[in-house]
Amino acid sequence: MISQIFILSSKGDHLIYKDFRGESGGDAVGVFYEKVTALTGDQPPVVMSHKGLHFVHVRQGGLYWVATTTADSSPFTIIEFLNRLSALVKDYCGSLSEKSVQMNFALIYELLDEAVDYGYIQTTSSDVLKNFIQTEAVSSRPFSLFDLSNVGLFGAETQQSKVAPSSAATRPIQSSREQGGKSEIFVDVIERMSVVIGSNGMLMKADVEGEIRVKCYLPNCSEMRIGLNEEFSIGKSQLRGYGAAVRVDEVSFHQMVRLDEFDSHRILRLCPSQGEQMVMQYQLSDDLPSAPPFRLFPTIERDSGGRLLMYLKLRCDLPPKSAAINVAATIPVPKGSLSLSQELSSPDQSAELKPQSRAVVWKIPRFTGGMQLSALFKLEVPGLSSASLLEVGPVGLSFELPKLTATGLQIRFLRLSPVQPGPSQRWVRVP
Amino acid sequence: MPYLGGEETVRELRRALSNPNVQSDQLRYRNTILKVIRAMSQGVDMSGLFSEMVKACATVDVVQKKLVYVFLCSYAALNPELSLLVINTLRKDCQDPNPMVRSLALRNMTNLRLPSLVEYVEQPLAAGLRDRAACVRRVAVLGWAKLHNLQASSEIDAAVVNELYSLLRDPDPVVMVNCLRALEEILKDEGGVAINKPITHHLLNRLKECDIWGQCQVLRVLQRYRPQSEDELFDILSLLDASLVSPHPPIMAATLSLFLSLCSGQPAVSLAALERVRGPLLAACGSGSREMRFTALCHIQLLLRSIPGLMGAHYKRFFCGYAEPAYIKQRKMQVLVELVNDENVAMLLDELKGYCTDVNAETAQAAITAIGRIGRSYSDRCLEILTGLLGLKQDHITSAVVQTMRDLVWVCPQCSDTVCFALEGCEETLQDSQGRQALLWLLGVYGERVSSAPYTLEVFIDGVRSEASLGVKMELLTATMRLFLCRPAETQDMLGRLLHYCIEEETDMCVRDQALLYYRLLHCGIEETRKVLQGRRSDPSLGVLIGRPAEPVSQWARSFNTLEPLRQGSIETESVSRGSPEHTMFDPKPNADLSNTLDCSRIEKVHSECVRCPTIPRCSPQSLQAAMQLVNIQTLAFTPPQTLPWRVYLYTHTCLDDAPHSTLILGELLYTGEEPQKAEVHKGSADGGVGAEGIEDDM
Repeated sequence: MISQIFILSSKGDHLIYKDFRGESGGDAVGVFYEKVTALTGDQPPVVMSHKGLHFVHVRQGGLYWVATTTADSSPFTIIEFLNRLSALVKDYCGSLSEKSVQMNFALIYELLDEAVDYGYIQTTSSDVLKNFIQTEAVSSRPFSLFDLSNVGLFGAETQQSKVAPSSAATRPIQSSREQGGKSEIFVDVIERMSVVIGSNGMLMKADVEGEIRVKCYLPNCSEMRIGLNEEFSIGKSQLRGYGAAVRVDEVSFHQMVRLDEFDSHRILRLCPSQGEQMVMQYQLSDDLPSAPPFRLFPTIERDSGGRLLMYLKLRCDLPPKSAAINVAATIPVPKGSLSLSQELSSPDQSAELKPQSRAVVWKIPRFTGGMQLSALFKLEVPGLSSASLLEVGPVGLSFELPKLTATGLQIRFLRLSPVQPGPSQRWVRVP
Repeated sequence: MPYLGGEETVRELRRALSNPNVQSDQLRYRNTILKVIRAMSQGVDMSGLFSEMVKACATVDVVQKKLVYVFLCSYAALNPELSLLVINTLRKDCQDPNPMVRSLALRNMTNLRLPSLVEYVEQPLAAGLRDRAACVRRVAVLGWAKLHNLQASSEIDAAVVNELYSLLRDPDPVVMVNCLRALEEILKDEGGVAINKPITHHLLNRLKECDIWGQCQVLRVLQRYRPQSEDELFDILSLLDASLVSPHPPIMAATLSLFLSLCSGQPAVSLAALERVRGPLLAACGSGSREMRFTALCHIQLLLRSIPGLMGAHYKRFFCGYAEPAYIKQRKMQVLVELVNDENVAMLLDELKGYCTDVNAETAQAAITAIGRIGRSYSDRCLEILTGLLGLKQDHITSAVVQTMRDLVWVCPQCSDTVCFALEGCEETLQDSQGRQALLWLLGVYGERVSSAPYTLEVFIDGVRSEASLGVKMELLTATMRLFLCRPAETQDMLGRLLHYCIEEETDMCVRDQALLYYRLLHCGIEETRKVLQGRRSDPSLGVLIGRPAEPVSQWARSFNTLEPLRQGSIETESVSRGSPEHTMFDPKPNADLSNTLDCSRIEKVHSECVRCPTIPRCSPQSLQAAMQLVNIQTLAFTPPQTLPWRVYLYTHTCLDDAPHSTLILGELLYTGEEPQKAEVHKGSADGGVGAEGIEDDM
């Protein structure tokens, strides 16, 4: 049971406030913000209490989504609901930010009114809600040079326009009705990989959490079939032969997915509703089918002048055709590090010392498979001792691998019925 | 954000709203109303526009209607008379052919929350229950609950309750679930909706039709059901098995709650259910939403209390991600500590070692504490890591390491040699009072083995004038006294200086009192002093980690799937970070892990003294108690009146907001009848927050 819901900006501005039960006083927002700001640390605890008032909040899009509730309510339900609510707002407003919430407050009040009554969640299905929501979304599209780059010389179609920008899917779902927006459907396979490699080069832990997401702008789509790799298998027992099997440990599907063709042909059948849904989630831990995409060879020593020398070699083990983008290596350095001098192998890379997070961040915008990059960092650290070397590392690496999945999962085909009139275009979306 | 010129805005908007030109233009009218609502949600008081908004309500534009209703529901309580005007429009809307308009009107009619309007609302609500559109019925059903809570005194018509019961068979699943919710509220005094066998089986059969929110509600209500036979129980359980492993965490949690309450008599079945949810819970731990991950982690901690080995093989799932927020990392470390075994200890310690240098000081300290906990079973490996960390010479790390070592030595006396060796030279990096107190305690207790102990203490004693922390001063007194007992030649001079300062110049009563006590104690002779000061150095019985017995599920089953498990940790950190004596916030839990929250070394029986009252005050226990409370002495427990000897346990404590430690004074008042009264006083210094428990422990 939810007593109030409010949305706060990170600065504490009231964006949305709705009291469903009229039980607790109106100063709840103030109390909550006071509690948030009183605490140090990167994020306050999810649940906070004040005189019998319990706040549960999530952070999405830089905003606080807060529900006040009673002590015995289910945290799973409330957190899932708040997440779902933010997803709905994102679907309806196009994107999630302080500005879009501010511009669409009437729409959000309308959503809340239909989704929750008297503190009880009624529905969050966008199929049901779309019959009730009347307000139109106001979307703000910031001017971006990227839009221009899609226009070829004299308006000709360029090769580049085959790739849709990642912002292509950030528009409100309902605009397609009135503004004659394109009937589009986006299917994304997103994998989050976390790998821990020991200092001796041994693979200590490898995890892949993947999901297939469908974002649908089609007003009436009766059925959609997504074909996965035929050799896709689940669990350890199903390994057939030695082929390049695509294997995951656990899979779970969205309620609406029908699996009658899944066992025989690995086809998911579903009728997507408007908006974004997570169709399938899967996990794989420990044995990855391929080697981790990066390898780091560090050498760390003190030079005679009391400076810390870090020589890093980073090798990309991807196939030569693919590349990683937005690679960022974060190297924790000893406390009190003053200045950094660097030698990088190409001008598009950059490195800087971030004193508040006590780390050197080395950024590589594009990293082709098979390449090897090296960097030399010299750090001025007053009072450097041999124990300070303990503080160096572990190195964290974040990156994006477009058009490549660690598990090898692929989408073979995507079929829609009824067949949409007009020519269909396929896009590959860059994350 | 009440900005300047709020009144100006109201006036301007009023002018616009009553302008006939605006009213005739649909779009302009709507935009003006939008402006009003925007200002309202920014916190500007717009109640002055109520009558204009009431007029705006009569329109065919549904969007405008909705907007006006948002406004009206917020300000209705301030304008009960004017709200009466809205009712007519709303009642008219209830007859509208469009079901959406009907449900909208009905919902807002009940959301106005005005008791004076109840008589006008009842008739449309009754009609709403029989409406042919499901969305109207949904609203009408909940409307009765709102109505009931609006005037709790008046009885809701029995006919309505019956109608609600019959609507449990409504074809629309949301109407069915709303009926459950409404009946729960209306029949709250009778214990909620009646859950008998036919209703239970009806609900179970229709569970699949509901969405996840509906399923959660149904599962929750069913917790009250008690199956009549074992066969029926197992029928229900097998029916629910699919929901137990549902990919939606809310359903999984609600089903497990139901399982635990249904099987409260069959622990084996509950344990099997816990095994079954391992997969879904672990999946929730890897969820994309950080808050969901946190919730799942907190609930895994509950499960581990009953099956410590449940997650043993999956310990790698609890390794902290690089970018995870501190509160998740700390929970994960708490779980990791529980999962240690001979196979994974090396891997685990290696991982924890990496967290010790985390940028976030709290995370680093939590990692060090976690290593200390593992050290109770694997002391050599852990001490090696801890000693290595001292080499970093960073104040927050050193402080955490010294505190951890103190706690470790208390439980594992065999570690003391290594610890004594490591202590040399770390006083230079220690900044905070907690760490220095720990160092002083160690120096006092193991002073004979740390060669530099007297010199370290001397530095402290020289700086005692500028010392701000009460706890450090108290600890310094005790440590110097203890060191004096084993190394008198080196310590005598500085002890004299310290006692002189504390008795003559110190302003804090607690420090002064304690110094006086030690001074008098020394007068009684060295043997007497030794008897009082040299208490136990360690308490191995506090428990080795591994042998912790599994708790029965019933210990925590009630708090599963509530906010309780998520809050437990936050209270602890709050009291630690604030450090004020907030023991009122501490609710004693039967499961409270004593060794975790309470460090016995910090509670000392410092002083035990008998005071004999020469005259017996003739007064009743009640008046005595009232008099005591006036001077901030609280009663802890007392024997029933008219029993001899009659005892009262009393306590009082200092309330310094900025002091991290507080002094607790415990007392026993004994009345034996003939003999004079006798009061025994124990005094000790205790951490804020754990004080209340310390007393129970001491008694």
